[in-house]
Amino acid sequence: MKKIISGNEAIALGFGDSGGVFASGYPGTPSTETLEEVARLGNVYCEWAPNEKVALESVIGGSIAGGRSLSTMKHVGVNVAADALLTLTYTGVNAGLILMVSDDPGMHSSQNEQDSRNYAKFAKVPMLDPSDSQEAYDMVRTGFEISEEFDTPLMLRTTTRISHAKGTVVPGEKIAPQIGEWVKDVPKYVMLPNFGKLKHIEVEARLLKLQEFAETTPLNRIEMGDTELGIITSGVAYQHVREACPNASVLKLGMSHPLPERKIREFAGSVKRLMIVEEMDAIFEEQIRAMGIEVEIGKNKLPLCGEINADIIRAALGETKAETASPVEGLPQRPPVFCPSCAHRGLFTILSKLKVFVSGDIGCYTLGALPPMGAMHSVIDMGASISAAHGMAKVNTIAGRDEKPVAVIGDSTFFHSGITGLLSMAYNAGNALVIIMDNRTTGMTGGQENPGTGVTLQGVPSRQVEIAPLVKALGIDNVAELNAYDLKETEAAIKKGLETPGPYVLIDKNPCILRYKIRKPAITVEPDKCTGCRACLKVACMALGLTASGEKQKVRVDPNVCNGCGVCAQMCKFDAMHVIEGENNANL
Amino acid sequence: MQIFNIVIAGVGGQGVLMASKVLAESALASGLDVKQNEVHGMAQRGGSVISFVRIGEQVNSPVVMPGTADMLISFEPLEALRYIHFLKPGGRLVYNKVTINPSTVAAGLAVYPQDVEEQIAAADADTHGVEALSIAREAGNGKAVNMVMVGTVMKHLPLKEEIITEVVKQVSKGKGVEVNMKALAGGAAAC
Repeated sequence: MKKIISGNEAIALGFGDSGGVFASGYPGTPSTETLEEVARLGNVYCEWAPNEKVALESVIGGSIAGGRSLSTMKHVGVNVAADALLTLTYTGVNAGLILMVSDDPGMHSSQNEQDSRNYAKFAKVPMLDPSDSQEAYDMVRTGFEISEEFDTPLMLRTTTRISHAKGTVVPGEKIAPQIGEWVKDVPKYVMLPNFGKLKHIEVEARLLKLQEFAETTPLNRIEMGDTELGIITSGVAYQHVREACPNASVLKLGMSHPLPERKIREFAGSVKRLMIVEEMDAIFEEQIRAMGIEVEIGKNKLPLCGEINADIIRAALGETKAETASPVEGLPQRPPVFCPSCAHRGLFTILSKLKVFVSGDIGCYTLGALPPMGAMHSVIDMGASISAAHGMAKVNTIAGRDEKPVAVIGDSTFFHSGITGLLSMAYNAGNALVIIMDNRTTGMTGGQENPGTGVTLQGVPSRQVEIAPLVKALGIDNVAELNAYDLKETEAAIKKGLETPGPYVLIDKNPCILRYKIRKPAITVEPDKCTGCRACLKVACMALGLTASGEKQKVRVDPNVCNGCGVCAQMCKFDAMHVIEGENNANL
Repeated sequence: MQIFNIVIAGVGGQGVLMASKVLAESALASGLDVKQNEVHGMAQRGGSVISFVRIGEQVNSPVVMPGTADMLISFEPLEALRYIHFLKPGGRLVYNKVTINPSTVAAGLAVYPQDVEEQIAAADADTHGVEALSIAREAGNGKAVNMVMVGTVMKHLPLKEEIITEVVKQVSKGKGVEVNMKALAGGAAAC
């Protein structure tokens, strides 16, 4: 039956229908919903790993044991998993193995804009590049077939507009779970140098065979139209090309690595002008130019940064667009903020007040960097808060600066790659205050389970790791609890942590109010007592606002938005803010 | 048929994505091609949200280009103004008149434009403001604003009202069916 589903849902469904047996990944926008959808299928085993390296390695084990396996992650996750990937390409697979990676051109919710097609070249593995949900579905089965036929891991790459765009899908025939033998094969799976040397030769030969496959596979198709203009493209850019140039000839590369050189030559020779439309890096263009083929329009006219769309393609072709209205200027921005009653609000209110250097990390709390808090001064990658704070403290000591940095990290990021940084800090006699905001979920990506949640991706009750004993076991002696909803207590705890020499860890265990649906009665303001001093507004809560312009504007609380945490009320020196007793109607 | 482009805007947590899903499912149930797309990633409440629904016989790109939307449905006045340039000249604009402060305004760093409705009215569009929150409350739940907004445009889509109503029934749960039916009807009666 025809359905309308996102690219992520299509890949999950494709995995179930292709006899998928085992899936493991780590949440990361825009890839997250894929594994959640596999879980919803109900009949295929899947799990969240603590990080992408563990996920890919688990899936390698799944493949060696004979089950068709899938690993999902966002583009930067592949950096974490790259160690496994770059040797997995040597060992090859037993059962089919797909690494699904989601790129984020335009950086809608990522810290960089890396192009994962580079990894396919780097690892010398085939990569498929779907252009809509139907292809995303189909390419899972084709991907497993290629993986098994060529004894190679395969990368299935999406971008945000594939992962999150919904389109129609007609599912194919569902096949039974594909489970084969669990084989011992030392030269294949033990990458000692002597075996590795032989495998490298095989990898290069495999790439040539894949190149031949690319020449004939229907994944790469020529749609001949007007021969004046020919466009080589892939992924969602193909859809934008079809929108902008419905009459042009198109070579659509469903397989973005390795490239079909003969097919490209044939296509280039059949059109007058050649254009290459690819989002982000000039991967096709560089290879096609290296073939000695003349490219008229490529990255000389199209951007390396951000997304491509039909208007950008038209502009690159020199077409002038009819004048349309410009965006209205000067409107107040509406950036994402901490949810009403989120525990992070209290923490960053105090960090902002204390003006300390905050070494930050990836998660909801990264929003602490935005005004009016402005209380986060570096954010690099998952886990860097702790290791970077350690480096800062070491240089501060050498420089004779008596300042202790503060690292802020969430539970999921701590499990992902914060533990090793803290181990190093303990081992190397570091000197930072580390605040772990343990809200028992992976919040930023929508509240996924993690080793602290007490339940697995498939809803099975599970071991729930406690962070305090773990931190102590790493060699940290000073570990204390924190309650970020109590501003005075939070300030005192942070000051104590800063004054005490050596590593110091504070753990806030307030749960995510969104994930755990915590509802409290709203706060109200007594207008007679409110002086309009705006001290409460420093907590940056969207439930707060000023009354309509009058003689003296006072603060008002939107009862539809407020969730009654009371952090704003603690900022009030005039006792003007109180909880409304009775039913709460926070519209969360 | 020409491709019918819809832009739905609002604030994270208002149900923009569910409204988009209803329109996309209704298009599918009508035998049409459809692409629906929004950018989401951050789970938090309070950020600006924009979603595209494109309906036609064959739809390629999931993205609506500025100046080409047949319809802009905004769940909040400031967000209507933020995305008004997506509308084609004379396009239909329906917006919920209830304002939600951006964090920048809540923090006293910016001012919510007092003349937001005048600015919206000045655009070259067929504009309708509705009190979606009170209609939703009358229907039984303030969260049904999204279904009120779907109701406001039901008569103006290349889709049959009965099909949309049926899809809303299917996606609603328990008591929500009755609330959402009332919300749809309330929205439809409002403009």
